[in-house]
Amino acid sequence: MHGVFDIVGPIMIGPSSSHTAGAVRLGLMARKILGEEPVKAEINLHGSFARTYRGHGTDKALIGGILGFAPEDERIREALHIARNKGLDFSFQTVNLEEAHPNTAVIFLTGQSGRMARVTGASVGGGNIVISNIDGYKVELTGQYPALITIHHDCPGVITKVTQILAHAEVNIAFMRVSRQNRGETAMMIMELDEQPAPEVIAECQQAAAVQYAFAIPAI
Amino acid sequence: MPAGRCSAVCLCHSGYLRSTRGDKESMVNFNTIGELAALAAEAQQPIHEIVIQRECHVSQTPRNEIMESMGQNWATMKASIERGISNTEKSLSGLTGGDAKKLFAYRRQGYMGEQVLAAAAYAVGISEVNAVMGRIVACPTAGSCGIVPAALYAAQQERKLTDEQMVRALFTAAGIGMVIDQNASIAGAEGGCQAECGTAAGMAAGALVELAGGTPAQVGNAVALAIKNLLGLVCDPVAGLVEVPCVKRNGFAAIVAMLAADMTLAGIDSVIPVDEVIDAMNRIGKALPKSLRETSEGGLAVTKTAQAIEQKLYG
Repeated sequence: MHGVFDIVGPIMIGPSSSHTAGAVRLGLMARKILGEEPVKAEINLHGSFARTYRGHGTDKALIGGILGFAPEDERIREALHIARNKGLDFSFQTVNLEEAHPNTAVIFLTGQSGRMARVTGASVGGGNIVISNIDGYKVELTGQYPALITIHHDCPGVITKVTQILAHAEVNIAFMRVSRQNRGETAMMIMELDEQPAPEVIAECQQAAAVQYAFAIPAI
Repeated sequence: MPAGRCSAVCLCHSGYLRSTRGDKESMVNFNTIGELAALAAEAQQPIHEIVIQRECHVSQTPRNEIMESMGQNWATMKASIERGISNTEKSLSGLTGGDAKKLFAYRRQGYMGEQVLAAAAYAVGISEVNAVMGRIVACPTAGSCGIVPAALYAAQQERKLTDEQMVRALFTAAGIGMVIDQNASIAGAEGGCQAECGTAAGMAAGALVELAGGTPAQVGNAVALAIKNLLGLVCDPVAGLVEVPCVKRNGFAAIVAMLAADMTLAGIDSVIPVDEVIDAMNRIGKALPKSLRETSEGGLAVTKTAQAIEQKLYG
């Protein structure tokens, strides 16, 4: 059974929990995954998102999230304007992704340093989201929990090493998923955690053998 | 697992919990409105108290934090009402905006009386705020966000109730919504509008009865009466937007909630008990064709006028 605040709540900017509040969270998640201030956002919209995004303010919601606004932030309705003033270059395109969830967005972000991220996610109802792909890796991330993500060389022992670091820090793993492009090449591991890991824990994961990059995303 | 972190009782409901802040009381839980009312009657406490205790336990959050969060919800609801009844701004589509203000100005001239018309104006107003990308509290959804706050705020104004009483009433409403969510649905895409506006009306009706000093069984009775009169309501929004018929419908549903509460308090019983009504709602929702579950492929959404609106908006 859901909790009281799933029924009376959340506080949000309208008009739609799926097309507005969920869209803000998708944008916010893409920003957290990029990990720095975005300067460019190219967004592809599929299905119901593609058909009704102007009427629901889905475009403003996604850009609001990319700017770092929370779903209850009243600046969302001015988000496109604010983005232009801040020099965020953004564009929207409607696409047909065939079997994807009807409220799917593919967000390509470029950050200040030139770092890029491609995030695919869907707004699945009630403001809830599922991120299904990050930079070509299949993932399943809801934003309800803080997450630790590693990009690492696909070889034995990496999972043990990283989970040991979390165990020592007494951080519990709620959900976990490992994905790779090809055997022996680059792999991605995503762990949704019961609490946000301390910066030293993330740094220790980053130092682990075969880990190329480790970063944490807070719950949103 | 380190000893003493949480009791065995909470472990079986919540898995491995790290917080040590939760109370050690045994878990209160309910799966039906009947069970919720029985727990309250047995403890000789109002329904909201049972709902608060369960929430403290399940979320492992202290009571004062939970009360504070609900207080923020109530403050946001009241702000959206004030904005709604003075709103003249049109929505992004231009389909709605300004009607709550008209109804509020008219409230002393109508057939239904000032308090009822004010409640309808509040509900329409909150929905208009939602449609102009204003700040609202989903209750249980954004599309049905006007009903519970409107009915409660009208009661507060009429009976001079405190904000603390209203916050407690929101827990009563939440408990009702939690059961409906679990045993039927609160999503228009799954169960049609009955799942959104029907649920909201049931939540509001039950909360109004408890505010008036009704028994836990009477709370359930009011939920039954309200939902029965919105059963079968389909979700067929014009152009896929949360505007037509949603905005005005919030006003109608707020009045259904108030009448259900008054009928109950007058001593009128629902022949069909509340949990059977919720079961019927679930079965009706499942029987609804996809075209009438938020796809805008049937009902009002495919009328000549709606098609013309859609053509104009999306080309």
